[in-house]
Formats: sequence, C-alpha cells, structure tokens
Amino acid sequence: MSGNGQMVPMTYREAVREAMREAMRKDERVFLMGEDVGRYGGCFAVSKGLLQEFGPERVRDTPLSESAFVGAGIGAAMNGMRPIVEVMTVNFSLLAGDQILNNAATILHMSGGLFNVPLVIRMATGAGRQVAAQHSHSLEGWFAHIPGIKVITPATLEDARGMLWTALEDPDPVLIFEHASLYNMAGELPASAGPVDIDRARVRRSGADVSIITYGACLFKALEAAETLARDGIEADVVDLRTLRPLDDETFLASVAKTHRAVIVDEGWRSVGISAEVSARIMERAFYELDAPVERICSVEVPMPYARHLEQAALPQAETIVATVQRMVHAHV
Amino acid sequence: MPMSEFRMPSLGADMAAGTLVAWKVKPGDHVTRGMVVAEVETDKGIIEVEIFEDGVIEQLIVQPSQKVPVGTVLALLRHNGAPPAPPPPAPVPVMTAAGAPPAPSAPPAPAAERERVRVSPVARRLAAELGVDLSSVQGSGPHGAIERADVEAAAARKAAVAPPPSAPVTPAREPERPAGGDAQAAMRRAIAAAMARSNRDIPHYYLETRIDMSRPLRWLEAENQKRSVRDRLLPAVLLIKAVARALGDVPELNGYWIDDCHQPQEAINIGFAVALRQGGLVTPAIHHADLKSLDELMEALRDLITRVRSGRLRSSDLTDGTVTVTNLGDLGVEKVYGVIYPPQVALIGFGKVTEQPWAEGGMLGIRPVLTATLAADHRATDGRRGAQFLEALTRHLQEADKL
Repeated sequence: MSGNGQMVPMTYREAVREAMREAMRKDERVFLMGEDVGRYGGCFAVSKGLLQEFGPERVRDTPLSESAFVGAGIGAAMNGMRPIVEVMTVNFSLLAGDQILNNAATILHMSGGLFNVPLVIRMATGAGRQVAAQHSHSLEGWFAHIPGIKVITPATLEDARGMLWTALEDPDPVLIFEHASLYNMAGELPASAGPVDIDRARVRRSGADVSIITYGACLFKALEAAETLARDGIEADVVDLRTLRPLDDETFLASVAKTHRAVIVDEGWRSVGISAEVSARIMERAFYELDAPVERICSVEVPMPYARHLEQAALPQAETIVATVQRMVHAHV
Repeated sequence: MPMSEFRMPSLGADMAAGTLVAWKVKPGDHVTRGMVVAEVETDKGIIEVEIFEDGVIEQLIVQPSQKVPVGTVLALLRHNGAPPAPPPPAPVPVMTAAGAPPAPSAPPAPAAERERVRVSPVARRLAAELGVDLSSVQGSGPHGAIERADVEAAAARKAAVAPPPSAPVTPAREPERPAGGDAQAAMRRAIAAAMARSNRDIPHYYLETRIDMSRPLRWLEAENQKRSVRDRLLPAVLLIKAVARALGDVPELNGYWIDDCHQPQEAINIGFAVALRQGGLVTPAIHHADLKSLDELMEALRDLITRVRSGRLRSSDLTDGTVTVTNLGDLGVEKVYGVIYPPQVALIGFGKVTEQPWAEGGMLGIRPVLTATLAADHRATDGRRGAQFLEALTRHLQEADKL
C-alpha cells in the first residue's frame, strides 16, 4: 500500500461501502440497485447512507424479482451504464440464474463481440450465521464454472475496498462474493487505500511445508491453523485465491512447487467444487512436485443445519485443517 | 535362471559410476570366472574388470565410452548349456547403493519380482535427479510410501560415500584421462567422500605398540645375502605377512561392517596403500596374504605396484580388500593414525624404523624400533581384541624365519 500512510479503523462492511461510494463519486455511470439497498440501507447494512448521499436515481430499491433486476442491470450495462447489482444472498441468485448464465455470460460471444456487459453483481455468500439450509450456500464454485464471467471473492479489508473499482472497469460481467460472516470483521486500512487487481492470487503467509489454498472467510481459518501448526514447527504457505474465475494457476502452482503438499480449504460442498478444480490443476501441472496426495477440506455434504453446533460441525474449521496438515506432513518436519 | 547379468561393479566404497572403456569379449565368447572381460575407467584410473561366472556372452549392452552408474547391466551372460535366448528388452539402468558391499557374484533380484514401491511423484523425480536407487530407500510415508524427505536422506547418505553422480547412461564425449586435473579432482572427491564417511560413521579406537625390529631385520639381512639382488625381500613383505598371520589369530579385525552387522571374512586380502605419483592413493588387495610365501608376497607386491603405476588395476584388486595396511615409514613418519576404509573394520599403520633406546631384562640398549598402530572399528571389536592383534603381530615379526 502506498501514499497516505495514515491508518483508518474500518470494518469489511464499511470497506465495501467506501468502495461503492468512491465508484459513484468517480464515475456518474455507476449506480447501485437491489432489494432494500436504499431506504433500508441493505440487508447487511452495506449501503447504509448511500441513498441520502447519492439520491434515489443512483441507489435504487427494486421489486423482489432477481431475474428482473439482474436483467435490468444487464440491459443498463449494455447501454453504457456501470451498474452494481446487489443480490441479497447467493441462494437468491438462482432466481437470476438464467440472466447470469444465458445473458450476461453469453452476450459478448453471441453478438459477435459487439456488446460487452460491464456489469458487477455483488452477493453475500456462506454459512455460519444460523440462517439454515436455504441461506447458507457457498455457490461461488458453481458460477466459476461459467465462461464469460469473472468470479472474485474478496476476503481482506483491502480487497473489499479495492476489488470493486477494478471489477467496474472490467468490460465483462464480474460477480463479487462477499462472505456474510466477514461484514463485521474490523481492522485498519490506509486512508489512501484504493483499487487492487482482480486477477492474481496472493500468498498471505509464507511457509515451506504445506500449501493451504483457500479463499473468502476460510482464509482466516487457514491463517489460524497456520499459526497453530507453526507452534509444531510446520510452516504453511497460505494462498488466498481471491479470484475463482479465471484461477491464477501460477501462484498456487508455485506454492506447491515450494512445499510439495497441498490442501484446499473451500466452504462449498466437496463434490464437483472449486476445490476439485484446483486439485485437478495441481495434478495436471505440478504432479511431479507432489510429495503427498492433494487433500480437500470442504463442507459436509448436507443441507446446512440450523443448530449452531451442527452448523459448525458441517463447516471447515481450523482444527480440521491442523489435523489434516499434521497427517500429511507427519514425521518429516 | 539360464541367464545372468554382468553389472558395473562397485570398485570400492567411493565409486558411484564408471566409464566402459573397452570390451575384451564379444557376443558368443566363452568366459570363465576370473577372466578380464572389460576395461572400466574410474576415478582411480582404468581398471580391468573380471567376470565372476562361467558362461557365454549373450549380449553387450553398454557401449564403450558410456558412463553408467554402479549396478548398471553391462552385458548378459548365458550359462553354459542354456540355449540362446531372444534379446530381452533394453534394461533400465539400476543403481545399487554406492556403499554396497562388493558382492558381484550375487546379483540383485530382478525388479519384476519386487513389490511395487509407493513413491510420491516428487520423490520419484528427485531420486532420478540425484541418482538414488529407490529400491534401497526406506519409505516413511503412509504404507511405507517413499517421500521427498526419504530420498533426500538417502541422497545425503550416498553423497557421504560417493562423489556427485553423473546422469545415468551419459555417453562421455571423451573418456577422462587419469592424468588430467579433472581426474585428480575426482579422485580427491572420492577419497574425501570415503574418508568423511569413515570418520562420521566409524567409531575408531587406536592402539599402538613399539616393536623391536632387531631380530626380523637381522633375519632379513641374512636371508637377502643368500639371494640375488633381483630376488631380495623388502621389509614391507615381512610386515604384510606378519599382519596376515596376526589376523589369522584375531579374525574379528579382518572383514566388514555392513548394515549394522559385523561380517568377518575368511580370506585375508590385505589392501596395501599405494600413493600415486600424480596424487591420491589406491589400496589394491594382496589376495590370501596368509597363504602366500614371502617370495610370492614379494612378487604380488611388485606386480601390484607396477600395475598401479601403469594404471592396469583389476576390479578384484580394488574390491576384495578385507583390511588395509599403510606404511609411511619411507617418508620418515614414526607413527600412522589411519582412517579406516569403509566397510573394513581395521587399518594397520607402520612408521619408520628408528634407532631408539630400549630397556629389556634390566639392560639399556639401542634397537631398531618400529611403531605399529591399529585403527579399529569399535562397533566390530573392542580394545582387548585390538591389543591381542598387536601382541600377535609383534610375536610373528619376532619369528620372521617362520613367516
């Protein structure tokens, strides 16, 4: 980070809000729309105050029809606007699935390259808040399956603050998945914090013994596990994927080439998920670097339970990561 | 099995690879045990390699000027009476551990009979890069899987006993000449590796004794007066024979320590350290020194030194030593504290014979005195055995007429 070194206390929620505020100030084509984003201030209070600052033209409450307002966003984007569409949580994005998959992702291709769709869709993802089986999905891996869109998963304050602008500058649809459990995460950001890239993974912690490859809220479980492992002398390289489509293969492959062991931590279900994709790429391109089979730590394949202890049991946890890594590394360190 | 494999021999604990210089046989030739069939260049010069089985050469696999790791199949041998076989697929070079005991008559089991070894991909790649034989590596992973750390550990052990190996089956553009600076450097590295391994792995103990040489030297002088100049005996021959006799009395010092196991040898083959003019040394073996007369020993010693200096050593010269004798007396040294040549378990050092005051029977006199030292592997023997050896050595020297 550069420029003004003064640090400002901030939550993840405020970082996203600052990002939207900055975007709307910098570019009059940018506007926000979605359910309850205006008068209510957003289901997760992310857009609180933006209606007062930018007015109802640019902060628009929509009817409860994801298909309609995502479709409207696509149309606005094709006509020169830079819409930010907020879908409350990822499960509701299924109602806009046709718009995302069949329109946003395909129009550039189907128009012979004539029409870009510079649309940004933000949505909350993930479990851990006892909102049960219908509001706790991690479906970012599903969307990462689709060519024609980008899928980004800011985990840190810096990325929550900086990825939005870069996404808006992108000529094609970008889906931003914000893990709902991160909104209250507090920290500090430089007053000068600004745009960051959306195409590179980052090594958040450096270590030589194992690569823990993750994204989103699981990053912090991975970092916690890494600290525990370090007390046993096991040094983990923690890779934050940041972008699930396109995956930044080079960064995690370089990590695996260094550590020769990889465990992927992903809150999505295990089967046919993003972790399977990362694992396959490691197998394809770093097979001869591997000293142990690639492991995956994912959510248990059940509809997310409501009861807190069951929900926690279904999710990847730092303790699971620690135990898995210890088994992989066993006597060699 | 009607066929056997003739492999690149390990001509000492410090050899990792050798260059085939020339074949002395061609397919179809009948060979007998002990016959020189090939010339191999090592860090110690060009060695004539003998075969250890009788049979007919079926196929020559490695061609002259190819450099291959120890253990690589050089040729296929059909046993007498067996029908000619169709040519087998080209065998993959297999390296045995560089520190493996010299046991050319017992080829390792064919790979097909072994269970599939679980090896992690990076371990397999690393093993190929480092020239580590995976069949010699103990895996520490799940279900005995060999992992990177296991290969690295094996490579570290190997590096301690061998110079850095070249890539398997790399045809050398020009065979290195032993007189060249590279060859000298390679020999230095080989000695460095063997001696470093020795000092690291072998808990040496040292004993020394002073030996009154008046009687043996008097006997030798009288004996030599009876002989023509050409047939005269050198004092070194007395020392070698006395060592051989003493080893017969204390056989524990004659043999090897391999894989945590003491393996005394029946044959007493004394490796005699010979310095090379261009630097470095070799310790070719005088076979069955205990069974040879002094004249035969003199002949054997002369032959060895001639062949060392002309670079015509044989594989059995280098692999068969069961103990080492080093004599630095010529250079004025009084005592030698040697470093054991692995996997042997003892080294006997002789210094210079000097006139020294000698008290005996209440009288003080001046005697020619030789200091003999024993460096021995404490894993294999204890000081008491070592002391018995030096005592026996002294006794045999005093009875030079019976040697």
